[in-house]
Amino acid sequence: MSEKAATVTKKAVARKDMTKRQWMWKEMRRNKVAYLMVAPYMLIFFLFTVVPVIASILISLTNFNLLELPDIVWLDNYVQLFCNDDIFLLSAKNTFIFALIVGPVSYFMSLLVAWFINELSPRIRAIVTLIFYAPSISGQVYVIWQYMFSSDRYGFVNGTLINLGFINEEIAFFEDASYVMPLCIVVALWMSLGTSFLSFIAGLQGVDRSLYEAGAVDGIKNRWQELWYITLPSMKPQLMFGAVMSITQSFGFGAVVTALCGFPSVDYAAHTIMHHLEDYGTQRFETGYSSAIAVILFAVMVGSNLLVKKVLSKVGT
Amino acid sequence: MAKKLRTRKHKVVLNRSKGGDAGITFMLVVLGAFMFLPMLYCVMQALKPLDELWMFPPRFYVMKPTFANFGDLFSLMNTSWVPFSRYIFNTVFTSVVGTTGNLFFSSLAAYALAKIKFPGRNVMFQTVQLSLMFHATVTTITSFVIMSALGLTDTYWAIIIPAWGTSLGLYLMKQFMDTAVPDTVLESARLDGASELKTFWVIAMPMVKPAWLTLIIYSFQALWNAGSSIYIHSEQLKSFNYAIQQIVAGGIKRAGAGAAATVVMMLVPITIFIITQSNIIETMGSSGMKD
Repeated sequence: MSEKAATVTKKAVARKDMTKRQWMWKEMRRNKVAYLMVAPYMLIFFLFTVVPVIASILISLTNFNLLELPDIVWLDNYVQLFCNDDIFLLSAKNTFIFALIVGPVSYFMSLLVAWFINELSPRIRAIVTLIFYAPSISGQVYVIWQYMFSSDRYGFVNGTLINLGFINEEIAFFEDASYVMPLCIVVALWMSLGTSFLSFIAGLQGVDRSLYEAGAVDGIKNRWQELWYITLPSMKPQLMFGAVMSITQSFGFGAVVTALCGFPSVDYAAHTIMHHLEDYGTQRFETGYSSAIAVILFAVMVGSNLLVKKVLSKVGT
Repeated sequence: MAKKLRTRKHKVVLNRSKGGDAGITFMLVVLGAFMFLPMLYCVMQALKPLDELWMFPPRFYVMKPTFANFGDLFSLMNTSWVPFSRYIFNTVFTSVVGTTGNLFFSSLAAYALAKIKFPGRNVMFQTVQLSLMFHATVTTITSFVIMSALGLTDTYWAIIIPAWGTSLGLYLMKQFMDTAVPDTVLESARLDGASELKTFWVIAMPMVKPAWLTLIIYSFQALWNAGSSIYIHSEQLKSFNYAIQQIVAGGIKRAGAGAAATVVMMLVPITIFIITQSNIIETMGSSGMKD
């Protein structure tokens, strides 16, 4: 014990005599075990998350196709994408429409529902939470929308509309360019109450109740004022985390769209950047070109996250 | 609602208008119906006999519920080229091994990042936090190149190893450890001569049970629901979910079996969530992000 204390004081004195680098080296050696503990995770994380991002940026500057040795073509892939690839521009437009609706709507829906159920009794709250959360964890349950909107008169929506006389002929919802996108947005919203929703529920539960009472004394008039002046500022960290989850998720619904509308979707009506990436990366094996698409997608996702975080830091001020 | 608040320990009356209560209840019912009815419809479809599936006008509710569709599902399974038990094994194996490794490696790293002060910890955690901001689709193509270089494609490891290094798991675990494990407890264990590994395993881990349950659920869910993967091309290595998708894609004549398959698939994650819900919510309490 006393020995340990002695070494601690020795270190504290010694730090002044060392350069920053020497001190850091000493600290690193002293904490060897910490590096051993993070090593397995960090190795895998770097190999399958960090390295792919950096590699994408480098590969996007070449014409790599998995077979031949690549040549450096600098920004040609990007020029090609923005100037000559109409389908890419269409997919970018679709992605933005999709993300701009699904991201914010799912975010506010998560927040509102979490807020609505906050004052219910714990048991009822648990049931309501399950009802809202279930679609997001049930795997491929979204295929049920295909049955509901199936193109024959036995599909629930078509059959009901015909029966009630609204339409005379079945509508092929998932093969009609004007319905594909709105339907995909509805399905995405349906399964979008995920991690951010749970985070909001927890955040609302964590707000110090005495703040509400103080607020009531200080003249908070209604629950909207309470929400804006007390609740939201108290759960700002959750709002940030939820935003990141919602935004990232809103860009990741490519597989759902593929399952519902096929690949490629009719007239590319629901073709998003993810699909374009898949097309060039896993079907045409133009790795250089698809890496450029991945880099753009990466920049868009991280950019919109950082932007929203900046906006959210102003909540309640 | 208003009444409940008043009966809580403190006696301050919060402003709760009746109109507001009614409006909130109304919105909740509408949104709840939007969420719940498709799920219910899926169960109804799975229970409908053939003549009700092909009835005009279609009905939402089942009149004569039957398990025939589940029977069809099993006979369809038996006709598949790869035995269905193999698909189930693939999914169970990758889910279990992937989740176990993820739990172990993530909590080990989360403990070090949260509780040991060593140079580089901030950079590491910031990188993980930044990686929450992009979806994994971005990295699929280059991951494929890396996997081929390592000879991992078309093996279970292509699914399992990346699952050991997911960012959300580490993030939630680290955030929870920050708040749930007091430094003083760890300090006294260290002074008693416990090694860092022992402190982690004996003291910290039991304190963060909600967090590791959450991590298990997230990891398991993702692996359980994994469909086809570009890393796997051998039919006998593909997932249960992929095989189910093939049945569903078998067209409209299999609508009943498809709905039955979907019900089977969704039962597992929903059951797990029901059991662990309170733990997950507790974990999410510390999920917040300080910029």
